[in-house]
Amino acid sequence: MAASSTRGGKKLLEVSGLTMDFGGLRAVDNVGLDIHAGEIVALIGPNGAGKTTFFNCVTGIYTPTTGDVRIHTADGATRRINGMKPNRITGLGMARTFQNIRLFPAMTVLENVMIGRHCRTGTTILDAILGTSRSAREERESIDTSYQLLKKVGLADVADEYSRNLSYGAQRRLEIARALATEPFLLLLDEPAAGMNPQETHELDELITRIRDEENVAILLIEHDMKLVMNISDHICVMEYGKEIAQGTPKEIKENPKVIEAYLGEEAHA
Amino acid sequence: MSHLKRSLGIGLWFMFLTLPLMVVRVNTVSREVEWRWSNLVWVGICAFAIAWFWQFSIERRAAQRAKVAAEPHPEKDRPSLAQRLADDPVLSRRVLLAAALIALIFPWAVSTTQNFYHVNVMVSALIFVVLGLGLNITVGLAGLLDLGYIAFFAVGAYTYALLAKGFGLGFWMCLPLGGVMGMLFGVVLGFPILRLRGDYLAIVTLGFGSITKIVLENWDTVFGGAAGIAGIPRPDFFGLPLDGREKSIYTYYIVLALVAVTIFVTNRLKNSRVGRAWMALREDEIACVAMGVDMARTKLSAYALGAFWAGLAGVIFAAHNNFINPDSFTFMDSAMVLAMVVLGGMGSILGVIIASLALKLLPEYLRAFAEYRMLVFGAVMVLMMIFRPQGLINNMRRKYEYDTADVESNDGGK
Ligand SMILES: Nc1ncnc2c1ncn2[C@@H]1O[C@H](COP(=O)(O)OP(=O)(O)O)[C@@H](O)[C@H]1O
Ligand SMILES: [Mg+2]
Repeated sequence: MAASSTRGGKKLLEVSGLTMDFGGLRAVDNVGLDIHAGEIVALIGPNGAGKTTFFNCVTGIYTPTTGDVRIHTADGATRRINGMKPNRITGLGMARTFQNIRLFPAMTVLENVMIGRHCRTGTTILDAILGTSRSAREERESIDTSYQLLKKVGLADVADEYSRNLSYGAQRRLEIARALATEPFLLLLDEPAAGMNPQETHELDELITRIRDEENVAILLIEHDMKLVMNISDHICVMEYGKEIAQGTPKEIKENPKVIEAYLGEEAHA
Repeated sequence: MSHLKRSLGIGLWFMFLTLPLMVVRVNTVSREVEWRWSNLVWVGICAFAIAWFWQFSIERRAAQRAKVAAEPHPEKDRPSLAQRLADDPVLSRRVLLAAALIALIFPWAVSTTQNFYHVNVMVSALIFVVLGLGLNITVGLAGLLDLGYIAFFAVGAYTYALLAKGFGLGFWMCLPLGGVMGMLFGVVLGFPILRLRGDYLAIVTLGFGSITKIVLENWDTVFGGAAGIAGIPRPDFFGLPLDGREKSIYTYYIVLALVAVTIFVTNRLKNSRVGRAWMALREDEIACVAMGVDMARTKLSAYALGAFWAGLAGVIFAAHNNFINPDSFTFMDSAMVLAMVVLGGMGSILGVIIASLALKLLPEYLRAFAEYRMLVFGAVMVLMMIFRPQGLINNMRRKYEYDTADVESNDGGK
């Protein structure tokens, strides 16, 4: 709406008229959302509003019932990615984390991140068996890149630990590192602060901004922690019962009467 | 003391249960009923002892668990023997060298020109080691349950039998062909079950195994039906004639080499991009595809590669036995190979080798105990699953060497 004219940067993701039905239930109803380069966009709304379903549609886990999901890749091409397999979408440059943490528990922290390098490397079975120079080079590169990412999220000292042994907050950061290893241009975070204490949330706040600035990655974020959302996001989209009820800058959202009624409720009146 | 009471109860209960079986015997010749009361006493004592020991162990294990849970730093797992071995390259190389040496000398040490029974037993066992290691790729690494694995073994065996008998192709020619045929069937099976998981996967693979056996049994004109195929040539040794013992020893070395190659390949794959993708698939399929791993390709490669080793092993099996029939490829054999992987510890090479040897050699050498051997065997399996459900060897964590220095020195934003 009015806010979109002020948004700078190249358009990266363009979602329009996205609808997802589960049998009779319309979990996402005609939602549109754009994300531009260098932005942190937040998707908020009460539980069951359809935010995670929106993520799943965009990342290929679900195929949307109707609507378009388009991405504008670095080479200037535009691609419609509805119904594309999740791994292809990740290969195109969108990576995500999960609301209910989905790590590989019996693999080490470093190995978890190394999985993210899978789609950026090409060692074949034969390469691996014969120990070709390509295999050795890519292995080295994977390890180093992954380790640097672990450093970035502050998990370097537990690189050889099993990921299941990490604390909740550390597991969420590991998911971010793993997603970053796929070299995305857009990072989708599903409730990254869930279960974190205020201190950890504050660190996460810093981490997200740092990722945006240093890695040159745009971020789409689902979050309930209003302080975090208002602090870091450039643009906010509010959903309720599958519908998009408002979009705009944090300031606009704070003042939007619909949002206040639907979501912020008593908190805003107090 | 409640232990004592319960054990007593269990002992009495077993005495009652086994009464008709162990005590009463009808002597059909003299038309008399024999009452073997001493057996009853033995059953009672044994059941009591086992029950008591059982409860004792369960309690101890629970206590251990509680201790671990109460510890302030639970993430520091105690390094296992195998982990220490893997972490110490010098020691592991020495152990490996010793094992290789023993394996090389073994056939000469245990056989004479007349008696080479032990060599033949070992060849069978090593064939199952290859099978175990092959299935370890599919089940242990990639987490894809396969209850019909023995079908690929059959494919390899029949490939060799038919090619050797029908076209006169030699063993060395057929060995890779058998592997490739197994692989093809792996892909054929892999395609329809790409989307299946858990129970459904189990049922389809089970069905595949059964279908293979039924086809072999009923298509007499090609596969010789239930009678199988006899007179399959042994591996040829540069055309030199070998006596019985030498033939066995020669086959032994062939399987041993195959085992070595399998270990080498599995080890390489396990610590590679491909192997990590398999493990990630096993751990969490959705997260795995969301991180950019192609599920179809990864699953198919795991099936195909697992089947490849089964095909190779099948060729050697056919060549070693001279004779094959569908009875060698029953569901029991699939279950046996699966048991090797599970008992050994999913994904652990060393564990699977130990478990395969144990599961194949124990029943063979327990023949002395005749009818009790399967009982002992079953008991061992149940005990294993209760006290070491994660398998013989697990918790092997791969440590990578990494450069801890900061690479991003050119990055201004610090
Ligand atoms: N796979 C599914 N099948 C059926 N219903 C689903 C499925 N996933 C989500 N839903 C439903 O869609 C609605 C939105 O869920 P979700 O997207 O998880 O909400 P949010 O992430 O905003 O809390 C809920 O009513 C939920 O029950
Ligand atoms: Mg959600």
